[in-house]
Amino acid sequence: MAQDDHSGTELAAADSSHEALAPTASPGTALISSDAFENPGFPPHRPRVTDEDPKKEKRAQRTVYTLFYLSILGSVWAVAAYMLFPIESNDVGAVRLNNMFIGLGATLALLGLGFGIVHWGKAIMDDVELADERHPIGGSPETQAAAAKVFSDSDKESGFTRRSVIRNSLIGALIAFPLPALVLFRGFAPQDQLPVELLSHTMWAKGTRLALDPSGVPIKAADVTIGSAFHIIPEGLAELEHGKLEEKAKAAVLLMRLEPSELNQAPDRESWSYDGIVAYSKICTHVGCPVALYEQHTHHLLCPCHQSQFDVANHCEVIFGPAKRPLPQLPIAVDDEGYLIAQSDFTEPVGPSFWERS
Amino acid sequence: MSTAPSTQVTPKRSFTASASVYVNERTSLAGFVKELGRKAFPDHWSFLLGEIALFSFVVILISGTFLTFFFQASMAEVHYDGSYVPLKGVEMSVAMASTLDISFDIRGGLFVRQMHHWAALLFVAAIGLHMLRIFFTGAFRKPREFNWLIGFTLFILAMGEGFTGYSLPDDLLSGNGLRIIDGLIKGIPVIGTWTSFLLFGGEFPGTAIVGRLYTLHILLLPAIVVALIAIHLVLVVVHKHTQYAAPGKTQQNAVGPPILPIYAAKAGGFFFIIFGVLALIASLFTINPIWNYGPYDPSPVSAGTQPDWYIGFADGALRLIPPGWEFVWLDRTWSFNILVPLIAIGIFILLVVAYPFIEAWVKGDHREHHIADRPRNAPTRTAIGAAGVTFYAGLWAAASSDILATHFSLTMEGVIHALQAMVIIGPFVAYFIAKRVCIALQKKDREVVLHGYESGRIVKLPGGEFIEVHQPLDEYDRWKLVSYESYEPLMIRPNARGKITVGQRLRAGMSRWFFEDRIAPVTKGELEASHSAHH
Repeated sequence: MAQDDHSGTELAAADSSHEALAPTASPGTALISSDAFENPGFPPHRPRVTDEDPKKEKRAQRTVYTLFYLSILGSVWAVAAYMLFPIESNDVGAVRLNNMFIGLGATLALLGLGFGIVHWGKAIMDDVELADERHPIGGSPETQAAAAKVFSDSDKESGFTRRSVIRNSLIGALIAFPLPALVLFRGFAPQDQLPVELLSHTMWAKGTRLALDPSGVPIKAADVTIGSAFHIIPEGLAELEHGKLEEKAKAAVLLMRLEPSELNQAPDRESWSYDGIVAYSKICTHVGCPVALYEQHTHHLLCPCHQSQFDVANHCEVIFGPAKRPLPQLPIAVDDEGYLIAQSDFTEPVGPSFWERS
Repeated sequence: MSTAPSTQVTPKRSFTASASVYVNERTSLAGFVKELGRKAFPDHWSFLLGEIALFSFVVILISGTFLTFFFQASMAEVHYDGSYVPLKGVEMSVAMASTLDISFDIRGGLFVRQMHHWAALLFVAAIGLHMLRIFFTGAFRKPREFNWLIGFTLFILAMGEGFTGYSLPDDLLSGNGLRIIDGLIKGIPVIGTWTSFLLFGGEFPGTAIVGRLYTLHILLLPAIVVALIAIHLVLVVVHKHTQYAAPGKTQQNAVGPPILPIYAAKAGGFFFIIFGVLALIASLFTINPIWNYGPYDPSPVSAGTQPDWYIGFADGALRLIPPGWEFVWLDRTWSFNILVPLIAIGIFILLVVAYPFIEAWVKGDHREHHIADRPRNAPTRTAIGAAGVTFYAGLWAAASSDILATHFSLTMEGVIHALQAMVIIGPFVAYFIAKRVCIALQKKDREVVLHGYESGRIVKLPGGEFIEVHQPLDEYDRWKLVSYESYEPLMIRPNARGKITVGQRLRAGMSRWFFEDRIAPVTKGELEASHSAHH
């Protein structure tokens, strides 16, 4: 079977070159049976309906050019839709129409082209099938030897192996030269800040009023009825010029009021709540999502990201899910005017765990 | 005149011919065309999966370039003043505001944005399916191991591209996604805290991350992706495509239509079909409606939010960790609730990367393989693949644990426990079932070759007995069922120094695991014997 590597040949009779071209590489543990079937060679070519029936061929041609004309129509329609369906009227419905009609025009343009070309290829173009001969990917032994010689020659000429002192010092220099670039990465964050310090403090301080999120209006203890829950930020956060989100990402708090009898409080934390009102960090101790789903009758908080559950009645201990630590509690009290205030900052870092935390 | 030019252009040459001569005399492209133009390209529907990946990437490049002309990767705060009334006056970043402008103030902008997002989802999906096709048909075997590595790297990069892009609009969902990444990074021992600090340019969320991800998303990652795709395709040309066993197809040839014109027409047309289908989806189905979520704020969140599908397995892995896997030791925090998912996924990835090399080592087969396996003819490999898919599917399903619980009225805990079991026990079950099914199918193939297929013709014999006539296969149909090789378990033999090494023992053990249960293809002698038994 005469075959040309680059331009292929029409399929011919059975392949007889199998044995002649059999690779010499080891077959490993493959079982090569001497009694195996031989490749029967290519089956007879089966003509398509469009090869045999001129009517069907004509019809295929009509289909193809109709698809191309439809494609042109689609393009024109998309351009027209751009003008016919403007969206400047503050109207979401107009956006939808603009999106849909430009899109459907483009769809018709693209699918008409695509199906047309494929159908042309499958039904009309000559049904040619070729067989290319494969050669070992490694190339001929001569080429491989020549390549190996290039390396050995250049090694001999440069003395890369022989002059080991020069080579090793070169390797040392090559290892050292990217190090200054690594140092530059310190500039990715402000030079005068240290992460552990920042993570250990929030905006809460002694006397900071608890305010509603997002309005920033302070909240009175009297407004917190039993069973209710409020999203809280420190007073003043809403007015921050810079770093508002960074502070909020640490200082967000959930405020809940339970029947005092339902709260199981540790003796050292009894003074942290006020008449059944407790405040806990809203930032999950797992990876930092806001723990914002409160189930009132069970006093459970659920993190919507990874479903950690915390029991508010038991100092927000983890009762399910991947989080380990309870949510940090914010010690609160009431000031002279009846507003809820923080007794201090959180007594531990809030949010996800980090290496230096202990 | 005697100074007439020696090369005279014949006036009869067609325009195409003279144009190609003009170009060739300046570029030497004729050799290239001669080399590639009529290459035979094997044809099969499963080979289209890689094309879908390639073409959806082209759509991503085209639509993404359009978006860069409008998107502004800045986290500076502005008050939104665009056409979408419900958000008027709301404080948000320039990134979010410009994304809303693309959606509501630029005609066709929403269409392009949605096409970009849908194409990205399809891109990762197509790569994943393409990899499964390669795996289950053994198309990673010599000489294609490097292309397996390159393709795998592309899969990881595609997920990176997806995640960085998802984070750019700076809406509530993307900010939450970044918050999770921040928490993950902080949980890594030694370097975690500083890595997060440097990545975000200070405290989370900071004002730098969107700009940084933008540089990765539109410059660094695409450059690497384009370069790797180029190498991937060059290697496909060098290796020539694999083909499935069929009469006339051998290890020494590549059979199919020529690149010009049929393959070019089919592939070129298929590009427009992919482009068109993405356009259709983008014009009819909303994706990532950031205007419903609002700008990022660390405090609010909505239940039932999901990452883009390809991040699901990582998110799910985080959810499946039981409570309490975090310890303080040596005055440092060891977050195994984060490390275990990272390590488990890391090992999974390493196994996927290393599989071609492991299988080659076990078999000791140094030949080139250009005929793709039918999955049933490599039962252990297929079973390993099924186990891997089950493991991935379990993690992936876990990312929707809350949705599963609410939609099917199950308890949150029940869903998580069931998925924990699926991730740990499921792979073994899937392995066992897949292996038995493969072997059963191989037995059926043998049966069909030896005794023919059921013709459906019932004949009553003179003695009153009814039989169904079995029709023998013709040699072409038979070839598909017998043209595979089986491997036998490795026999341990002492090496030249009379020793049996640990490596040799391990290889023999693996080889037994792979090939102890095996079905050999029917031989000519067996077929003859079966015929004579019938008569």
